[in-house]
Amino acid sequence: MEKLIIHRESCKGCQYCIVNCPKEALTMTGPINIAGYMTTEVDADKCITCGICYNVCPDYVYEILEEEAKA
Amino acid sequence: MKKRRSKILYVDHKFCPGCGHGIVNRLVAEVLEEMNEDKGAICAVAVGCSSLMPDTYGVDIVQSQHGRAAAVAVGIKRCRPDNMVFSYQGDGDALAIGFSETMYAAIRNENITVILINNNNFGMTGGQMSPTTLENQRTTTSPYGRDVSLTGKPLDVMKLMGTLDVAYLARGTLTDIKEITKTKKYIRKAFEAQKNKAGYSLVEILSPCPTNWGMTPLNACKHINQVVQSVYPLGEYQGGGK
Ligand SMILES: Cc1ncc(C[n+]2csc(CCOP(=O)(O)OP(=O)(O)O)c2C)c(N)n1
Ligand code: SF4
Ligand code: SF4
Ligand code: SF4
Ligand SMILES: [Mg+2]
Repeated sequence: MEKLIIHRESCKGCQYCIVNCPKEALTMTGPINIAGYMTTEVDADKCITCGICYNVCPDYVYEILEEEAKA
Repeated sequence: MKKRRSKILYVDHKFCPGCGHGIVNRLVAEVLEEMNEDKGAICAVAVGCSSLMPDTYGVDIVQSQHGRAAAVAVGIKRCRPDNMVFSYQGDGDALAIGFSETMYAAIRNENITVILINNNNFGMTGGQMSPTTLENQRTTTSPYGRDVSLTGKPLDVMKLMGTLDVAYLARGTLTDIKEITKTKKYIRKAFEAQKNKAGYSLVEILSPCPTNWGMTPLNACKHINQVVQSVYPLGEYQGGGK
């Protein structure tokens, strides 16, 4: 099983991922990170691990890995 | 679809929220890795927000003087013809102070790749007018909007270089997943032209600078779609095989 990993400490809150996710699986409801930015949260039931958020994020917040290989 | 951060992006960059530089950094890194050219790649950056890269980007990088990155890249390529060599520059760097170096590398069809981040202003220094600033666009040095009767019209590097004997020219943008995917393809083709020793390649990328445009990142992308693209049309201009 593949899983979306969110590296929240790198997020700058631009919201590109939110508007590009085809499944509306992302929201700006993650905790505020150490740099003071709002971050994202994923609804794992909606996520199809398509990789679009990885591809649009300017700050390399997302990775998609095998579930057992946790980052 | 497995996605792992490129080893070239070994530490977080320092660009602003929503800045296009971050996306292009990743696209270039991925293309170099996919072509198996990441180990020997050499980059010449100049001055502008690209000059933040030597601290965060994991290929060999030479920091050139303002505008001179193309000339430096040419020197490196001539000495190291088997390495992938590219310059990574802003519009102000490549088309204002470095106009001559940019044009003569193209005129000589030098076998380098130029990655040109066009954000319509001098980003790093606080948003001054650059050659690509749009007509009537307000910047800190054109506070009433760019007056083309004084400054001339916005400079279209695709048109300018389209008359030259170069290997590959394309203009992409970053405003959604579709455009980012296309831009990556253009970058790949540019590096392939260099690998095939076909000569000069340049990919211009219309890139959001939310900080100096005074817009949210999402509105900056909208602005590119609704306004900037009509002045600078997207697509392949040379060597696209169409
Ligand atoms: C010789 C010299 N002149 C002026 C400067 C000031 N300066 C620093 S960055 C910059 C403009 C960069 O703009 P651009 O190339 O468009 O890059 P961006 O930051 O927008 O990506 C200027 C004029 C300098 N560093 N060196
Ligand atoms: S991987 Fe695809 S579906 Fe899942 S959150 Fe990212 S964009 Fe949405
Ligand atoms: S695209 Fe990246 S930086 Fe922007 S909000 Fe989403 S996760 Fe954060
Ligand atoms: S000033 Fe503009 S180009 Fe420079 S990092 Fe910030 S958003 Fe990017
Ligand atoms: Mg610029």
